[in-house]
Amino acid sequence: MNTLDLERMAVRDVNQRLHDDAAGTNTDQQYEILNPMGRHAIAVGLNHPFDVTVRGHAGYYCGSMNKEATVTIEGNAGVGVAENIMSGTVHVTGYASQSAAATGHGGLVVIDGDASARCGISMKGVDIVVGGSVGHMSAFMAQSGNLVVCGDAGESFGDSIYEAQLFVRGSVESLGADCVEKEMRPEHVERVRGLLERAGIDADPAAFRRYGSARQLYNFKIGNIGYY
Amino acid sequence: MDERKVRESATFPPHVIAEIQRAASEGLYYIRGSGAKRAVPTFDDLVFLGASISRYPLEGYREKCDTNVTIGTRYAKKPIELKIPITIAGMSFGALGANAKQALGHGASAMGTSTTTGDGGMTEEEREASSLLVYQYLPSRYGMEPDQLRKADAIEVVAGQGAKPGGGGMLLGQKITDRVAQMRTLPKGIDQRSACRHPDWTGPDDLEIKIQELREITDWEKPIYVKVGATRTKFDTMLAVKAGADAIVIDGMQGGTAATQTCFIEDVGIPTLPAVRQAVEALKELDMHREVQLIVSGGIRTGGDVAKALALGADAVSIGMASLMALNCNAPIYEEDYHALGTRPGSCHHCHTGKCPVGITTQDPELEKRLDPELGAQRVRNYLATLTLECQTLARACGKSHVHNLEPEDMVALTMEAAAMARVPLAGTDWIPGWS
Repeated sequence: MNTLDLERMAVRDVNQRLHDDAAGTNTDQQYEILNPMGRHAIAVGLNHPFDVTVRGHAGYYCGSMNKEATVTIEGNAGVGVAENIMSGTVHVTGYASQSAAATGHGGLVVIDGDASARCGISMKGVDIVVGGSVGHMSAFMAQSGNLVVCGDAGESFGDSIYEAQLFVRGSVESLGADCVEKEMRPEHVERVRGLLERAGIDADPAAFRRYGSARQLYNFKIGNIGYY
Repeated sequence: MDERKVRESATFPPHVIAEIQRAASEGLYYIRGSGAKRAVPTFDDLVFLGASISRYPLEGYREKCDTNVTIGTRYAKKPIELKIPITIAGMSFGALGANAKQALGHGASAMGTSTTTGDGGMTEEEREASSLLVYQYLPSRYGMEPDQLRKADAIEVVAGQGAKPGGGGMLLGQKITDRVAQMRTLPKGIDQRSACRHPDWTGPDDLEIKIQELREITDWEKPIYVKVGATRTKFDTMLAVKAGADAIVIDGMQGGTAATQTCFIEDVGIPTLPAVRQAVEALKELDMHREVQLIVSGGIRTGGDVAKALALGADAVSIGMASLMALNCNAPIYEEDYHALGTRPGSCHHCHTGKCPVGITTQDPELEKRLDPELGAQRVRNYLATLTLECQTLARACGKSHVHNLEPEDMVALTMEAAAMARVPLAGTDWIPGWS
């Protein structure tokens, strides 16, 4: 285990070490980052299958643009955790602030607690599993991927959604423009089951409801004027 | 009929009547490409005071007049070295076809300057063609990949665009081909809308953290630009500097677009002329002029425009629409295809349709064939060379051995509006309206 202590090192040095090691020959793939103390941009831009554990609360953009690595945040995460993740996993054991997994292209993001507003905004293929609830405007303009919410969803859920799939076990305060409830078929139950297993969350996949795009706003036309 | 008695209304000229009737028929705003068609004060309203006795000119073709500029001297480990102070502005693959992107890349590379990506990410052809490539980081994040960030020579965080400050981008369904759809993770054929603001930051404090993130991902190597559409230019420039930008890109309202609502193109933003001056004032107030580089775009067409922007304090300019015109945008060829679009060469703004008669703003393979990327590259190179020569010759005429030595004192204004906006005296007077 490689230990990187942010009381002794700057964020710059920690990230440089991770980037250099990815290109180098260090055979120890395990890292722990101590004393994050809400600092921003910790463990960003990783592109190697490292196993990185941040022991404490992280600030903005922790684990952002991750490729291949597994990043675990033992605490809460600030705005934009796992932003634009490409692959690998980012796991928050606490709560996540706004825009969690924003624009993520792939990989898995797990938030054990709640996620705030705009969780999964503009998601482009990432899978997101939230143990708690998500705030308003979550999955706004969500293009692809899956968002599984074990708690409730706030207002305007899935507004202007494209082809992402949304699953909620609890209540949805309101659906956004062009987002509708859809039939939960067996293949969707299996999909949720698989995502929950990957996330390590124990919940009944059959208890979830599915939401997606009505595909009525895909082209500008006068019939949609009420939405503009 | 006595023609003398027939008078057009100034309030309702034919194009306004046509738009009212189109709106009445369709019930939706008009979406189009290109830039503002209305007249605004421009660099045309300024002239240089060539040297004579009180100033000493340099010999026009012999004496040295350098044009190089370095972008990213503030923080970046690897600043960009440009041989000329003219860059190619961000235009997406999707808005433009692959041949156009290649032509721009090769043409700019031949002149030692940079091109810029756009919405939808970086194509391999574009990277290969461009020796210096600026990667735009846009609100939509379509095609945004960290490997592309690392492959880029600089990163441009786009907070706004001159053609549509406050509005997002558009790419209509007819241009969303399989390749474009795949790059943007969107269904084919939809009318794609790009968000108007970033999904994970909302103000200047957040922007500072965003810039930190991008620097961390790229190990502080790349210059980071912040691009804004010209509106509250002084404040925006100051905030971008305070957020840690290496360079500021100010895009005036004459800047073009592939598609947006006409009301944005014509009714939002301020002209490039006052925007340059305001940005320079902001940089000077922060003691950051020349430390944070200023790149100006929006309606730059001639070497005179370049020289005037530099004289007002810009470090470089960026050209979009004019570079497309170098590739034959609006040229009088394939006229029947212009007519089929309901327009004619010189007035075409139909980039949004994907039916570009000259093969630039299209994804149609047959139309794209009309633009040979090699010939296009030569035309872009020639155009950039001409702009550079014109800029140099004007600088020499003002006695300057580097184009950056041009200064506001070298110019006067021909109109009160331009004098007030550029803050240079009205020709033949010492008067700067609103100032002296």
